[in-house]
Amino acid sequence: MAVLTKEEAKQIIDKVLSYSEADEMSVNIYGGKTGNIRYARNTVNTSGESDELGLSITSVFGKKSGNTSINELDDDSLRKAVKRSEEIARLAPENPEYMPMLGPQEYEEAKTFSEATDAIDPDFRAQVAADSILPASDKNLTTAGYLEDFSGFSAMGNSKGMFGYYKSTSVDFSITVRTADGTGSGYAIKDFNDVSLLNSRQTTEVAMQKAAASVNAQAIEPGKYTVILEPTAASNLIGLLARSMDARSADEGRSFLSKKGGGNRVGEKLFDERVNIYSDPAHVDIPASPWGADGLPRQKTSWIENGVVKNMVYSRFWAEQQGKEPLPGPSGIIMEGGTQSLAEMIRNTDRGVLVTRFWYIRAVDPQTLLYTGLTRDGTFYIENGQIKFPVKNFRFNESPVIMLNNIEAMGKPERTGGNMIPPMKIRDFTFTSLSDAV
Amino acid sequence: MKRRDFINLTGLGMGAMMIPGIPLMGHPVSEAALLEERLENAAKKQLADIALNAAKSKGATYTDVRIGRYLQQYLFTREKNVQNITNNESFGVGIRVIADGTWGFSATHDVTPEGIAKCAETAVAIAKANAKLQKEPVVLAPVKGFGEVSWQTPIKKNSFEIPVKEKTDLLLAANNVAMENGAKFINSALFLVNEQKYFASSDGSYIDQDIHRIWPTFTASAVDQAVGVFKTRDALSSPMGMGYEYMDGLASEKIEGPNGLIGYRNSYDIMEDAKLAALQVNEKLAAKSVEAGKYDLVLDPNHLGLTIHESVGHPLELDRVLGYEANYAGTSFATLDKWESGNFQYGSDLVNIVADKTQPNTLGAVAYDDEGVKCKEWDLIKDGILVNYQAIRDQAKIINEEESHGCCYADNWSSVQFQRMPNVSLKPGKDKLSVLDMIKDVEKGIYIVGRGSFSIDQQRYNFQFGGQLFYEIKNGEIVGMLNDVAYQSNTQEFWNSCVQICDKDDYRTFGSFFDGKGQPSQISAVSHGSSTTRFNGVNVINTGRRI
Repeated sequence: MAVLTKEEAKQIIDKVLSYSEADEMSVNIYGGKTGNIRYARNTVNTSGESDELGLSITSVFGKKSGNTSINELDDDSLRKAVKRSEEIARLAPENPEYMPMLGPQEYEEAKTFSEATDAIDPDFRAQVAADSILPASDKNLTTAGYLEDFSGFSAMGNSKGMFGYYKSTSVDFSITVRTADGTGSGYAIKDFNDVSLLNSRQTTEVAMQKAAASVNAQAIEPGKYTVILEPTAASNLIGLLARSMDARSADEGRSFLSKKGGGNRVGEKLFDERVNIYSDPAHVDIPASPWGADGLPRQKTSWIENGVVKNMVYSRFWAEQQGKEPLPGPSGIIMEGGTQSLAEMIRNTDRGVLVTRFWYIRAVDPQTLLYTGLTRDGTFYIENGQIKFPVKNFRFNESPVIMLNNIEAMGKPERTGGNMIPPMKIRDFTFTSLSDAV
Repeated sequence: MKRRDFINLTGLGMGAMMIPGIPLMGHPVSEAALLEERLENAAKKQLADIALNAAKSKGATYTDVRIGRYLQQYLFTREKNVQNITNNESFGVGIRVIADGTWGFSATHDVTPEGIAKCAETAVAIAKANAKLQKEPVVLAPVKGFGEVSWQTPIKKNSFEIPVKEKTDLLLAANNVAMENGAKFINSALFLVNEQKYFASSDGSYIDQDIHRIWPTFTASAVDQAVGVFKTRDALSSPMGMGYEYMDGLASEKIEGPNGLIGYRNSYDIMEDAKLAALQVNEKLAAKSVEAGKYDLVLDPNHLGLTIHESVGHPLELDRVLGYEANYAGTSFATLDKWESGNFQYGSDLVNIVADKTQPNTLGAVAYDDEGVKCKEWDLIKDGILVNYQAIRDQAKIINEEESHGCCYADNWSSVQFQRMPNVSLKPGKDKLSVLDMIKDVEKGIYIVGRGSFSIDQQRYNFQFGGQLFYEIKNGEIVGMLNDVAYQSNTQEFWNSCVQICDKDDYRTFGSFFDGKGQPSQISAVSHGSSTTRFNGVNVINTGRRI
């Protein structure tokens, strides 16, 4: 059985800890099942399912640590694994930045598990594929899609008395629909913990509409445009910002959050005052694991408040060096928005470009958090509150820092890529060239 | 399927290397365990035969079995500290069958007669289940059985036999020389891979291969805290299909370039490169910002390799062309009608691009691919014209080929093999031409060295590339360093602007160690050879911003 109960996991962890001769030891047990189905050209290419149960051990002597893991949980295997991790630790080089393990922690109860997702079987996956392939092929459209689901658990404990356990499920679905002649392409993507929230037929319908509507795209000059970024497109860039809030990089002078003359820019207003970004492991739409790096409890944390940098990520080592509290990075972020729907935002736009998603986003300059990438699978010109015609894709060179200073409006946040992000209307978004890609 | 871990390089201070995450497969083991033998070939053959027979008895018309042991040792350091050492082993078997004209695949870590037989039966059951949705039966290009054969990367020093301490000492020594020469920070890493693959198929092949790869790299940083500016310079090494002898730093494998630059062919001097990196990254701090406009570009092989990879390698993958990657990496502008026309001018008539899985010391070099096809070299672009794609056994007929190109690969025993990019290389120029001679004729240009930011659209038309070092060329001379350079172009326009290629004396390979493709994503490693090449009138943008 790949999923252990809390009690079963605790019992095994305690047993492993009892075999330890090291100064410190931590034990992680993980397990679960994952399945997927992939289709293209209106036919299924691959599908599969697998179970896994594993246990990993970290043994520490002084500042030397060793790690090993096994799939067998019988007593003999566990004893051997403990011995092996201790051997590795004794031979390891000393890590001057090693931090002693944490003692008992208080964790919030995770809300990450769904019975419905846990019950996904091959028939369900095949139905998802059929729900895309059949309606699309009826309209002479070609689908390529992918569904992946996971249901499992994670438990950890250490020789200082820390223990945690939670179960989680996830499902990720993405669909690309292309016209038979290859001149139109549409895309939609959804992710949830609870698969009962997923309507793959409706999601496919969105991609089908975009494919049909994007045929015969016209070229308009690259330059600075007002853009309406659908939540997926906005999340592509905001997510990168949220992953760049490490205090150590900033203090060392190699981050966009480095302060001229030394230190970091916590407390400075770097964004439009409507920008509020936080993380919350208990958020009902994007529930997260209760702990982060090293077993530090995740708590509701404000990262940007009214445009001001409120908090940065501190590893335990760097926090100690700087006399700060350690703070683990977020697993998903919530950006507050407004109440407008995407349709209302389009109606309120005189001239602009609607962007479904971005693609191949790569860092250009970490100093300014400048990224390049391209629009893809549904880019449209808006005039006088209406979508007028599809446009050829653009390459952009833009920084989310600049983007979040050019906000015109924000809509209702939606879950995308594990984040809650609103559709956003941004002025002066920089498109630097055209692409013929469909 | 497997549990995949990702080492987050941002946390190790290597985020500037532009690698999103380093995938790790399998389980941590001790350094010594990496050198132990798991199974002898005689035992592997017996197990493979069990799978072949079990699948056949259930109705498979074709079966291949891959018993694989995948070893990874990654070492990470920063300044004076060893940050992380991982020793990983992944061992198991993947079985692929054709039943009822349809592929089926199953994998297991239970490498016992019972485990393997059960796995083979599952693969057949999956094939039969999927057959209901199959439109046309799979047709394989014929392959003859090779009997019992073996091949090994011709290494001189097994990286896994070199003590970890010796390897981390070398990285720390390189860090030290960089710091002594003015780097404010340095992160260095050594990636070592050994694939021990045993392939057997119902065609009568039993192929044992032992493959080694190595990639030493670093990022040196300089910071001017008073002004609030920082710059980085990555190593100019290349990942190689070699053993630890790549670290010997042989003088005979160095190519002297302009401005004290050193190109490394089949041997890398990390101490020398770390020192140069420290000096150059400080020079970058003071370099002027580029003026946007059209420039003639002189591209070093250590830079051009990535442009070849993205704008030639990927668009000529036949599965992309056909639409199998539409939901992820995308499709391709290089459609079948362009190839069928026989006159699609991909590049200027100087451009000759070959695919191969045989070139010594490269990441792609093996004797047989992961479906038992003997590897070879073939033309992709000849005198500028698109002449071929990259195809495997079940695709060969689509492009009227009698045999597979031999470029099928799986990144693990638990992954199903599919078409992956072979080495894709630009042939050197026929006439004698050095880099300095090439630069002499450039009035307004930029000489670009090293791998930087890269991005290309989903059909491989529009791309943008950065680099590590940018030198301004004025009237045939390098006049200084530039910052904020990126060039944007269109694949066909770019390759048709190719006007000069240096000769074979300048030829070197670039490599991509963690190339991603497929859903679930698989990695592969691939090399790209070229000599320094000139492209005229390319659009350069200024990437400097103020925030």
